[in-house]
Amino acid sequence: MTAAPQREFFIDPGRCIGCQACVQACTECDTHRGVSMIQLDFVDRGRSTQTAPVVCMHCDSPTCAEVCPADAIKRTEDGVVQTARKPRCIACNNCVLACPFGVPKMHTEMHLMMKCDMCYDRTSVGLKPMCASVCPSQALAFTTREEMALLRPSARPVNTFRFGHQTIRTKVATLVPREVPEEIVDVTAATFDPTIGHEMLDDVFLDGDEAGVSS
Amino acid sequence: MADTQTPPSLDLEAIRRFGPYRAYADEVRVDTGVQPERLVKTHCCFCGQQCGMQLKVRGNAITGIEPWYEFPFNAGMMCPKGVKRYLQQGHPDRLLHAYRKDPAASGGFRELPYGEAIRRVADEISRIQEAHGNDAFAVLSGASLTTEKTYLMGKFAHMCLRTSNIDYNGRLCMVSAAAGNKQAFGIDRAANPWSDILGAEVVWISGANVAECAPITTNYVWQAREHGAKVIVVDPRITPLARTCDLFLPVKPGRDAALFNGVLHLMIENGWVDREFVERHTVGFDAAAEEASAWTPRRTAEVTGIAEARIRQAAEWWGTAKSSFLLHARGLEHHSSGVLNVLSAINVVLASGRIGREACGYATITGQGNGQGGREHGQKADQLPGARDLGNPEHRAYVAGVWGIEPEELPQPGVDAYEIVRKIDRGEIKGLLSICFNPVVSLPDNNFVRRALEKLEFFVAIDFFLSETARYAHVVLPGSLHEEDEGTVTQVEGRIVKVNRAVDPPGEARQDWRIVQDVARALGRERGLTFAGPREIFEELRVASKGHVADYSGVTWERVEQSHGVFWPCPEETPEGVPAPGPQGTPRLFEPGSWNPIARGAGPFYFPDGRARFHPTPYRGPAEDVDGEYPVILTTGRVVSQFLSGNQTRRIGPLVDQYPEPRLEIHPRLAARLGVADGDWVTAESRRGDCTLRASVVTTIRPDTVFIPYHWGGRKSANQLTISAQDPTSKIPEYKVCAVRVRKAAGPPEYADALEPQQ
Repeated sequence: MTAAPQREFFIDPGRCIGCQACVQACTECDTHRGVSMIQLDFVDRGRSTQTAPVVCMHCDSPTCAEVCPADAIKRTEDGVVQTARKPRCIACNNCVLACPFGVPKMHTEMHLMMKCDMCYDRTSVGLKPMCASVCPSQALAFTTREEMALLRPSARPVNTFRFGHQTIRTKVATLVPREVPEEIVDVTAATFDPTIGHEMLDDVFLDGDEAGVSS
Repeated sequence: MADTQTPPSLDLEAIRRFGPYRAYADEVRVDTGVQPERLVKTHCCFCGQQCGMQLKVRGNAITGIEPWYEFPFNAGMMCPKGVKRYLQQGHPDRLLHAYRKDPAASGGFRELPYGEAIRRVADEISRIQEAHGNDAFAVLSGASLTTEKTYLMGKFAHMCLRTSNIDYNGRLCMVSAAAGNKQAFGIDRAANPWSDILGAEVVWISGANVAECAPITTNYVWQAREHGAKVIVVDPRITPLARTCDLFLPVKPGRDAALFNGVLHLMIENGWVDREFVERHTVGFDAAAEEASAWTPRRTAEVTGIAEARIRQAAEWWGTAKSSFLLHARGLEHHSSGVLNVLSAINVVLASGRIGREACGYATITGQGNGQGGREHGQKADQLPGARDLGNPEHRAYVAGVWGIEPEELPQPGVDAYEIVRKIDRGEIKGLLSICFNPVVSLPDNNFVRRALEKLEFFVAIDFFLSETARYAHVVLPGSLHEEDEGTVTQVEGRIVKVNRAVDPPGEARQDWRIVQDVARALGRERGLTFAGPREIFEELRVASKGHVADYSGVTWERVEQSHGVFWPCPEETPEGVPAPGPQGTPRLFEPGSWNPIARGAGPFYFPDGRARFHPTPYRGPAEDVDGEYPVILTTGRVVSQFLSGNQTRRIGPLVDQYPEPRLEIHPRLAARLGVADGDWVTAESRRGDCTLRASVVTTIRPDTVFIPYHWGGRKSANQLTISAQDPTSKIPEYKVCAVRVRKAAGPPEYADALEPQQ
């Protein structure tokens, strides 16, 4: 049953190429075929090809479950936060509003909140989730911590996030550059310094003389 | 402005009956209670990566996909096209019968019993060839077919029809790389397996939108970088891969040879040339160096539009690296100087001496599924199996012997695909059979192509969906999908892999090799075309390819499956003292001391002296440069969710939804000058046609260039604008650069309300 050693889910946003293979593969998952639980957006297509995949982070103490008035959201013993139980879910949207990562989606036609359950049908029998299987850039990866350290020596997995005064620990890890302190992922800190990668890339075209571009 | 051509009609009648419509998963495909009966291991039907995958099968339906983790090249990874390819099977647009053109019938076609259709095709071929000669009937084939089918198409044209005029859609794809590789190395194959990308200190990517056109390769590039590789990307657009590369060179379209000449110049100036390698293993360095001497960094910057400092930086990284991998694709090759561009890139590889070793590599990224195998075994205008030449008396004698005919019975080399269309326009070719080719969408200046097709006395198309091109056919024969047949394909690394049948063709549709052999039989010329199946074809191909460059003689289907693919060359027999290739064939070419049938031990390259060739690569500008009247450069390419002319992917709902319609990418600086905002309708005009699309205003493209993806037909087709200028050697068209003018459109185009996005 659990032939594979402890494998974990890693997100490495710098690798994402926006191809949507994860979104398309998510709709092939056997527990919710036809519906994707992944959100993948351009950050600002006018200025960059940067994209950001959002999958459930599977919090140790899930805010979505904490705010659920119907106690419909369960976390398995191995730490996977599941889609709302259909008989209990009252489609109140509390979880959708409360999740700090913006993961749960309300499917109004089904009166049901649905979210990523980390392909529980696959991961519980030692298979990789669909998205992390297909991801051509391995921005979404599912492997052991040891293997990841060998494959990506300059990256460091981060499982702790701070949103204002709330500290959240997650099962899913985000890979950040090894030398960068944890605070970089604190949203309040980030808002004071909105410098992101595309500012630099703009220079390639904007300085006409330097780039040798005739207008 | 479009002076001689009329734009295409909206074809509403044909579209209403035959699509393209979008298919989505429903019924058993979304029923979570339904389990597949079996999983079939196979490969993707789309690009040249040929990712291994498993199809979920229930009855005669493919219900989904499952990753195939054990296949080493992609280890389960797939792009969105691979994930959703199964939706082409059981599609409502599928052709279930043969059809004949009948303007009075719904959609312009009337059903025809299969046998009657074959009879009619044979009668028309006989009539045309008797009246106008064998060459008056032409064949257009494709590189998405299995190698067995491409071998059969070549044999059908050369032995059965005895026409010179067969060519294939790799003419729009792989031929510049093929010609360049043959001229420099004597062999046309990726020099290295992709595993050699790992460990390279510098990965140089020129004119390849890897993330969208070869998505799986991304992980190889990122993995190399994790271990310290610097990634250099040369492209007029900041592609998804370029976004985080270490050095981005925003080349002006059509200026690639100038850039590589400039890099070679700096390598020579700074002593970064591997003199020992050049001395021992190459010829022609001095002539190439002479040409490069004129390419000072200043001049290179002026011509390429790349900052001088970046050119110097790239040359330094390349020049001083201990290991490296250079990749290029259509961005370098789709030019009237495509072969020169390729040779200029090869010059800097040879000057570095970094080839034929671990983590020292060079490759073109093959476009089509069988872009490699499809260009090796005789469906090219001048080719015979085993990458032999139709014009070479020894090669003719060998293949004629295998086929049991006299060499004189073989026709002489014919002309390229675009020239076939021109010959049709001039009335020299009266009849055409096409398979796996959609020139009405995919050839440049396609208003001309449509006009030519209308002149054919007889046109038969074999297809599974009614493509934009098949709408011009007099008879349509219902062919097979990838998942309905078996055979081998050769992927980007030169690795032969096995495609397996998961389901049977529906209705009267049948496997393409059966259809072609049925036509031969109806002609009374079935000799040599009575194969019982693809395996028998492959067995003959092994013999026909034996002893020359693309030697498959040691490859068997069993070996392919057991070894997860076999890299050619893989001869069955080697001379005494030369070790036979291992179970995987020859993954890496040009290793020191390696043997090949041309050099016969003289050296690792495929020339009698065993040495690679430098070539002087004088820069030639694009065939049509910008001017006052047409001041903007147009370049074309692909998006990740669509494939080639879209005949398959524009019918797969989730892929259409991901990027529904073509948009014109334009830099805000140019957009502001034209008064264009994001989402506005804009009209792009060239000397050949015009096209009205929505604008996508992005800073990720050069301000002097606009980009349109080419997957759509009719009034949405980018190839209404492109130029039919071709490389003099490879005959590849210049898709990547022509001159246009752009203005804000007065209003939405006619198609906006009449057609769905994919139509």
